[in-house]
Amino acid sequence: MNSRHPLDIERCEHCGTCWALRPYACATCGHTALSWHRATGQGIVIARSEVHRAPDTQWRALAPYVLVLVQLQENVTLMGHADASVAIGQSVHGRAVEINGRELLKFDARDPP
Amino acid sequence: MPDLHYPRAYIQAAATTRYGRHEGRSALDLMAEAANQALEQSGLQRGDIDGVLCGYATTLPHLMLADLLSEKLGLQPHYAHGMQMGGATGAAMIMLARTLLRAGTCRRILVIAGENRLTGQAVDTSIQTLAQVGEPDTEVPNGASVPAYYALLASAYMHQTALERDTLAEFAVLMRSHAANHPHAHLRDPISIEQVLASKPIATPLHLLDCCPISDGAAALVLSADEGPVQVIGDGQAHRHQHLSAMRDVLDTGAARACARALAAAQLQTEDIDYLAIYDSFTITLVMLLEELGFAPRGGAGVRLRRGDFAASGPLPLNTHGGLLSFGHSGVAGGLAHVVEAWRQLAGRAGTRQIAPRRHALVHADGGVLSAHVSLILQAEGIA
Repeated sequence: MNSRHPLDIERCEHCGTCWALRPYACATCGHTALSWHRATGQGIVIARSEVHRAPDTQWRALAPYVLVLVQLQENVTLMGHADASVAIGQSVHGRAVEINGRELLKFDARDPP
Repeated sequence: MPDLHYPRAYIQAAATTRYGRHEGRSALDLMAEAANQALEQSGLQRGDIDGVLCGYATTLPHLMLADLLSEKLGLQPHYAHGMQMGGATGAAMIMLARTLLRAGTCRRILVIAGENRLTGQAVDTSIQTLAQVGEPDTEVPNGASVPAYYALLASAYMHQTALERDTLAEFAVLMRSHAANHPHAHLRDPISIEQVLASKPIATPLHLLDCCPISDGAAALVLSADEGPVQVIGDGQAHRHQHLSAMRDVLDTGAARACARALAAAQLQTEDIDYLAIYDSFTITLVMLLEELGFAPRGGAGVRLRRGDFAASGPLPLNTHGGLLSFGHSGVAGGLAHVVEAWRQLAGRAGTRQIAPRRHALVHADGGVLSAHVSLILQAEGIA
């Protein structure tokens, strides 16, 4: 479960609703059959913060870094990193990159802002 | 309509320790100080207490904290356990106490929380412990923390409502001005809007003075079915998500749903509320809750603040002890301090901070990232 690609999401086999946070049941219809799918990575930035106070020494070395919440076209929200120029409302594309020794999501701008 | 067949729930006594730095004192030391004060104030004997509810302490993880505490305090309750709902724990303990009193399970309940969160562990440890309210696979590994979750939330809310950083700063200044009048407050030096704006960035748009401090401290209350100065007449909860990434709508986090349940239980309307005790872990928390709860239109909390509505002398005094932002945040006791202050004001026992008589207080607390919501309605019994 933990070794999943960061763009892997689950889709309810009954109603088709997608879920990003690995639930055991679909909150839309209540069915429990969920299957894994790779999200396209396309989405819109809905929240953005530049983190200056990092939680530990390793992250401190990388601060400041920008975190975003992106609403993917599959209608799920995922957290990831982004360049400082990325803004709310922007179309982005997410890919898996290694940051601080972990495979995380990095969202890049699709269109010029 | 009061149901005469059920006992009612009254808050008889309430106490806080000083909040701030208590070098060398343990979580139990602090909890015992607050509990002993509240018990003494209540006039009850230890044998009268048949219920104990206590909040978790990050500096004292324990499988059965209420039993440990009962033994240390010389209590032998019929009913006792700890509770964990993040920042909503304090209000939730009051809600459960009311339920237990109304059900007849208990007659007199001690509600208690406290810890040495500031001096008992490194700041990094506190930040990392709290960050675990995030999703362990998709959020926490990004180098996120509770300030970062709330900063993301703030950016989304500001984008949707045109709320500006200056307004957030004004709430930090208001909380500090209220704390200046409380001898137990952690941070009492006056601050200006410019100082808040110029304080160091933590996670933009939140800067240091938009964030509550980490404090040592404890709070305790005694509730009973015997008539007292303040009655808990309504309560409600809402839980719509745990993680920020699962929040469906920043304009419908669950706060209004919990409040509507509490008002319905109390048979009151929003307009009947004349005192506010609102959770304020960050300035954005306070503004979002005020607006979702209906005490200001979206993007309009700043207008009410500038009109003086939330001042101690205004029509809707807000966190007259200084809130988490300035009175201090020692975990569960941080949120419980809002209840203690609301009780003191309604009971006419706020000393030099006493405001004009008030009838109905709304307490609202959230845990996680606006994840767990609890609303309480307190009623002053002394005013007809």
